[in-house]
Amino acid sequence: MSGPVSDSGRELAAKREKAPHTSMLLRMMVRAAILRRGRAASALFAMVVAAAVATAMLNLYVDVQAKLRTEFRNYGANIILVGRDGASLPSDALARVDSIVAGHGIAAPFGMVVARTSDGQPIVVAGTDFERVRQLDRWWKVSAWPSLDNTQSSQNQGEVRHPSSELSPALVGARALAVVSPTNRPFVLSFQGQTMKVTPAGTVETGAAEDSRVYLSLNDFVAWTGVRPETIEVAASGPPDEVTAIMNQLARAIPAAEVRPVRQIMEGEALVLGKTRSTVLAAAALVILTAALCVLSTLMGWVFDRRRDFAIMKALGASGRLLNGFFAAEAAALGAIGAVIGFLLGIGIAAWIGRVNFHAPVVPRFSVLPVVLAGSIAVTLLSAILPISLLRRVQPAVILRGE
Amino acid sequence: MFARLVYESFRRQKRRKLLAGAAITLGVTVATAMIGVATDIGDKMNRELRQIGANLVVTPQEDSLDVEIGGVNLKPPTDGAFLNEADLPKILGIFWHNNITAFAPMLPVNVAIEKDGSRKNVTLVGTYFAKRLSYGTDAITTGVKTTYPLWKIAGAWPVDDSQTVLIGERLAKQIGVKAGDQISVGGREEPVSGILATGGAEDDQILATLNLAQEILAKPGAVKRVYVSALTKPEDAFGRRDPKSMSGAIYDRWYCTPYPAAIALQLTEVIPHSRAEQIRQVAQNEGTVLTRIEGLIFLITLAALFASALAVSAAMATAIFERRAEVGLMKALGAGKVVVASIFFAEATLLALIGGLIGFGAGALLAHQIGRSIFNSQISIQPVLLPVILAIAVIVTFAGSAMAIRRAVRLDPVFALRGEL
Repeated sequence: MSGPVSDSGRELAAKREKAPHTSMLLRMMVRAAILRRGRAASALFAMVVAAAVATAMLNLYVDVQAKLRTEFRNYGANIILVGRDGASLPSDALARVDSIVAGHGIAAPFGMVVARTSDGQPIVVAGTDFERVRQLDRWWKVSAWPSLDNTQSSQNQGEVRHPSSELSPALVGARALAVVSPTNRPFVLSFQGQTMKVTPAGTVETGAAEDSRVYLSLNDFVAWTGVRPETIEVAASGPPDEVTAIMNQLARAIPAAEVRPVRQIMEGEALVLGKTRSTVLAAAALVILTAALCVLSTLMGWVFDRRRDFAIMKALGASGRLLNGFFAAEAAALGAIGAVIGFLLGIGIAAWIGRVNFHAPVVPRFSVLPVVLAGSIAVTLLSAILPISLLRRVQPAVILRGE
Repeated sequence: MFARLVYESFRRQKRRKLLAGAAITLGVTVATAMIGVATDIGDKMNRELRQIGANLVVTPQEDSLDVEIGGVNLKPPTDGAFLNEADLPKILGIFWHNNITAFAPMLPVNVAIEKDGSRKNVTLVGTYFAKRLSYGTDAITTGVKTTYPLWKIAGAWPVDDSQTVLIGERLAKQIGVKAGDQISVGGREEPVSGILATGGAEDDQILATLNLAQEILAKPGAVKRVYVSALTKPEDAFGRRDPKSMSGAIYDRWYCTPYPAAIALQLTEVIPHSRAEQIRQVAQNEGTVLTRIEGLIFLITLAALFASALAVSAAMATAIFERRAEVGLMKALGAGKVVVASIFFAEATLLALIGGLIGFGAGALLAHQIGRSIFNSQISIQPVLLPVILAIAVIVTFAGSAMAIRRAVRLDPVFALRGEL
C-alpha cells in the first residue's frame, strides 16, 4: 500500500468521522423509500388522501356558516327602520344607512299611502327604489322590472316632473292588477285630490301583502304624494354580533327612527346554521377518524413488512433508541410530506365543493394547516411506534429465519 | 376441505381476522350513519326551517284587496269575502296531509281598546293557539303556537275556548298593560294572559281566540286567511312547470310530489271558494337553503363512503399480504390459482358479512345518537338499507382484496416459503 492511498483512506475516514449521522439516516430513509417503491407509495397515498379529506372537512366546517349566511340573506331584510309614530324618515336617512351598511348589506326605502282607484276603491300604493328592492327581496316573482325597461326615468331625475301629464311605470301586485287594470292598460290613481297616470310595466307575485299593492319609483311617488319614505328595510350580512352592532349604529345615526330586528329571520337563521354546523362537525369527525384508521392500518402493515430490515439493523448492533428514532423519523417525514400534499389537494376539494354547492369558492383557511400537519404526524408516529414496540421484543434471528 | 380451510383460517388467525373485521365494521358504521344522516337531513332541516313561519296561505277567492300598512288594517273588516271555519279540518284530508305540520286561521278585526281612560283603535286578530281538530281518523293540535314557534310570550298562552287575549309588545308598552291585567276590548273586559313579542306586525296588535274575533265582527264561522306550514320539496324545474299544461301521467307525478305549488292546489281543492299561494319569501328561500344543506351533506357522505372504502381496502390488503407464506405452501402442495383466490374471496365475503352486520347495527345507533343530540329527534335507518349496505361492504372488501390476492397468487412458492419478497 502506498502512502497516498492510505492518506486518502485516512482522509475519507476523517471525513466520515466528522460527517453528521443525519446523512446516514437520510440515506437509509431515501433508500428504503426507493427500494420498496410500491409499499412506500401506497403508504404515502393513504396519508395524502387522509390529509386531503381532513383538510376539506375542516375547511368546510369553518366556512359553512359564512356560506349559508349569504343564502339566508335571500330571505330579505333582517333589520327594519321605521319613523317613530308613523312619521316620515329624515331625507338623508337612506344616505346614512348606506354609509353604515356599505359593503355589509343592502337597504331599500319604502313609502306607503292609501290611494283610490278611478272607481273609488282603496289601494295601497308604495314608492321604492326598484334596483335596491331587486337585490333585497329576491323572492319577488316579477315579470319585468320597471326601472330597467324605462331608462328615461333615471335620466329625468333632475328635471321638474309633471306627474299628471306623464305615464309613470309601475310594478303592480298580481291581485291588484285584476282590480286596477285587468286589461293591462294605463290607469289613474288619486291621492288627496292629486291624480297620477300609471302604466303597469310588470307584475309582482309574493303570496303576501305585496300582491295587493302598486309599486312606483320613489321619485314618482314623492312628486305625486309629497310623502317621504317612512320605512327602510336593511339586509345586513354577517354573524349575529355584527348585525347587532349595525343595528346599534343605525339607532345612533338616525334617532328619529325606531330600529327593529326581524326576529323570525334572525332566530331561524341562527337555529339552522347551528344545526348544520353540528351535523358537519359530526360528519367531519367520522370521516377524519376513518381516514386516520386507513393510514394506521396501511402504515402498520408497511412497518411490519420491513421487520427484516429491522432485524438486520438490530443484528448489526443498532441500539433500540436508534431504531426507534429511525422509524419515527421516517414516519414523521411521511406524515409531513403527506400532510402538505394532502392539504393542497384538500383545499382544492373544498373549493370544488364550494363551487358546486354554494356557487362560491370556499376560502382556503391556512389556519387548518398546522392542525392537519400535527394530526398527520401524530397518526404516522403512532402507526410506526406500535409495530416497532412489538418487534423489539423478538430476537433478530427469529425474524431473519422468516418465522 | 374448502370449508375446513376457511373455518380453520378463522379459528387459528383470530388476531388478523379481528383487525380486518374491525376495519370493515368501522367502515360500515361510518357509511351507515352518514347515509342515515344524509337521507334524513332534508326532513330535519325542513322542520327547523318551518320555525321561520308558515309557507302557504289560503285566502278567499273573491276577496277585495288588502289595504294594510305596517300591520294596520285600513279597510272595513266586514268588507270582502271569508272562508268558513268549518272547512278547516278538511285540510287534514288532502293527499299530503302528513306533510302539514300545522295551520292557523286568522281573522283581523278593528277594535277600540280602553285602559285607564285612554282609548286607542287597534287591530285584533282572532286565531287558534293550540286547538285540537280532527278529521276522520286524523287529529292534530294546531295554531300559532306550532306555526310560529319562535314567538315569545311573557306570561301564558291563552286557552282556545277562553276569552283571554295576548297583547303585542309595543302596544302593551304604549298603553301600559302587563300579563294578568284586564283590558277593555270593544266594550268587554278581557283578561290579558301574556305579552307577545314577534318582531313583526303582531307587536302592535291584539291576538285573541277566533271565537272572540267572530263575535266582535258578528260573523260566526268567518276566517280571513289560513296560514299553513307544510314540509315541502324544494322547487326544481319540473316543480315550476304549469300544471295546466301537463298531461295525465306527468300531472299525477307533479300532484304526488310535495312541491309547495302542488300542496297549494290540494288546499284549494278541499276548501271551497279559496285560493292558496306559497308565501314566496319563506317557501322559495327555504328551497335554496335546503338544497344547499342537502348538497353539502351529500358530498360529505360521499367523502365518508370513499374514506371507509379505502380503510377497508387497506386493512384487507395488509391482512392478505401477511399471509404470503400460506399461499406459498398451498401452491407448493399443488393448489391452483383459482382455489387459492376463492379461499381468500370466501374469507373476505364472510368477513364483510359479519363486519357489515355489526357495522350496520352500530351505524344505526350512531345515526340515532346524532339525531338525538343535534335535532332532538330520531334519525331512523330504514331496514331496506341493510342488504344495500351489506352488498356495498362485500363489493368494497372484494375490491380491496383483489389487488392483494392477485399479487399473492402470482408469487413463486419458493420465494414465498423462504420468506423473501
